[in-house]
Amino acid sequence: MTFWNDPINLIANWLNTLLTGWGVPASLATVLIYFIGITVLVVFAMVLDIGLVWVERKVVARFQDRLGPNRLGPFGLIQPIADIIKMVIKEDITPAGAEKVLYNIAPVLSATSVIMLWAILPLAANIYGVDLNVALLYIVAMGALGTLAIIIAGWASNNKYALLGAFRMVANMVAYEIPMVIVLLIPTILAGTMSVIGITEAQRNLWFVFLSPLGAVIFMISAIAELGRSPFDLNEAESEIVAGFHIEYTGMKFGWFYASELLHAFTFGGFAAILFFGGYNGFFGLEQFPAFSWLNIPFVQALVFIVKAMIGYWVIMWVKYSMPRIRIDHMLAFNWKFLVPLSLVLLVVTAILHRILVVLPTWQYALGMFAANIVIITATIEILRAHGRKQRQAEYALLKTQ
Amino acid sequence: MSIPLSWYLLLAAALFSIGLYGVLARKNAIAILLGIELMLNAVNMNLVAFWRYLDPAQMAGQAFAVIVFAVAAAEVAVGLALVISVYRRRKTVVADELDLMKW
Amino acid sequence: MTVEQILFLLAGAVILVSAFLVVTVRKLMHAALWLVVTLFGVAVLYALLQANFLAVVQLVVYIGAIAILFIFAVMLTRKEMRDLGPQTRSNWWVAVLVGAAVLMGLVFVVLAIPGVERTAQVLPEGLDTVQALGVALVSPNAYVLPFEVASVLLLAALIGAVYLAGIIKK
Repeated sequence: MTFWNDPINLIANWLNTLLTGWGVPASLATVLIYFIGITVLVVFAMVLDIGLVWVERKVVARFQDRLGPNRLGPFGLIQPIADIIKMVIKEDITPAGAEKVLYNIAPVLSATSVIMLWAILPLAANIYGVDLNVALLYIVAMGALGTLAIIIAGWASNNKYALLGAFRMVANMVAYEIPMVIVLLIPTILAGTMSVIGITEAQRNLWFVFLSPLGAVIFMISAIAELGRSPFDLNEAESEIVAGFHIEYTGMKFGWFYASELLHAFTFGGFAAILFFGGYNGFFGLEQFPAFSWLNIPFVQALVFIVKAMIGYWVIMWVKYSMPRIRIDHMLAFNWKFLVPLSLVLLVVTAILHRILVVLPTWQYALGMFAANIVIITATIEILRAHGRKQRQAEYALLKTQ
Repeated sequence: MSIPLSWYLLLAAALFSIGLYGVLARKNAIAILLGIELMLNAVNMNLVAFWRYLDPAQMAGQAFAVIVFAVAAAEVAVGLALVISVYRRRKTVVADELDLMKW
Repeated sequence: MTVEQILFLLAGAVILVSAFLVVTVRKLMHAALWLVVTLFGVAVLYALLQANFLAVVQLVVYIGAIAILFIFAVMLTRKEMRDLGPQTRSNWWVAVLVGAAVLMGLVFVVLAIPGVERTAQVLPEGLDTVQALGVALVSPNAYVLPFEVASVLLLAALIGAVYLAGIIKK
């Protein structure tokens, strides 16, 4: 066991011998080491979050044909620090008539629900918080906490815009949770486990995106809806309800919402990478060849993972900054009438085909799964097209009679 | 491993009694449903504790806890739908005032 | 006292205090939020009992769905319930008596169970409780019938809730 092969366990063991050497009882030493580990993980996530502020601002600037932050430091890299200082020294307002305790808990709860997700995020084969055997459900559970944070924020602010935003957000999140849960079952079926480590290891040779491209797309859509980002950003909808649930929040309290939204987006990029794009693995089992054995070094794996998560995050930003907001009834109808049935069909087909084809050689199995997805996509598009044509003809006939 | 079974059972008993008090004493129909949730949770806690302490290889306790989850979800969905429906018609959610069926 | 016992006592205290507040606090919204705290405490106990699946499902189903439904219902029926007057019936003391009697009875029964002071054995080696639960729920010689009944019940509840709460156009 060297530093390059297993850094976390090495440091933990070293700390353990150090602490017990100082006369700390073994059980207390374990608790202390866990505590240090949690702190380091949270600090890492938050520092990364500061970086994400810069990434987000720079990317949105490029999408809108601007330069973005470019004054402070090289490429404006110090801009987020300035943003933080600005937020910290802003006036901290609690509106009259607000529920003080709840009003202050909401941003903390919002950030907590995101940081808790980092407990199960495997950066590398042996750099992770905990390997839960119910990790995928845990993702959904933390989403529930985020929903709760938003509804508390909306209610405690004592503001009708805030309450409307919270209502919309909860309708959105509760609705899109269903296709997300169904789609989370697809990697579970393919890998035979709900542990994220197990799912990543099952993708050593073949990413799940090739077995279930439709699943990956549905996951991305429902993830964007869970995040409440455009085109599903009805919770904020600046043109209608000003800023939605965080309208009354100022200074760093708003900062927490902002930071947790960015980190949440990045984290979901990471989960997309884990569930469908092989997580910390290289491409197509490349690391099995001696020439590429360096891909197995934990730090390289962590780098690969972060790059993949960044790409997922970039896709989320790409959608956000190029799509207009959709109306709430359209959004709910899109979920209940389109995504839920589609994901159910996909789940049933995947489960049956996986059962039948898993005995075949890998390439035939992969081809069969991929072809099934293509068939489902084609059928969906054909149904939509037929439906649209019928609607157009009905409108045309109506126009003629008038 | 070092917690006696009785701790769980006593805690569940206390939770159940608190829920029962809520069901009997509260006026608001939603608050009564809140009390029922507490009672269902107490029952679930017992089921899971017995699963863990008696025979973990047999999943009876957990399986029935899952079914209690489903029942609780169904109960809340229908119960709250009833409360909202009643509220629309009678403009009240106080259980005592819903006495139209009493002559 | 071991770490587990401390965790249990902490979670138990949180559960009891928050459950007490659920049934006594005057503002219904606060009661619903205290219920969330109680449910979270119960989830911690499930985790202590090594029922990981149930702990997470507790969060998903209870906090993610049931508590949110309660909060919505409280908000939707708020105009009339001003949360000003007393939230309990005039004869609440009868409820106290009944609650206390039930608690006494339950404590009496619990303490009479043979072997109630036992501690849990280590889980059998190689037992994946999530997988075992999944198999138990769908295997014909275990609990497939209750499982199917539960799913029919959920479907019925879904239709019933839509019918009851929906505004039906005449």
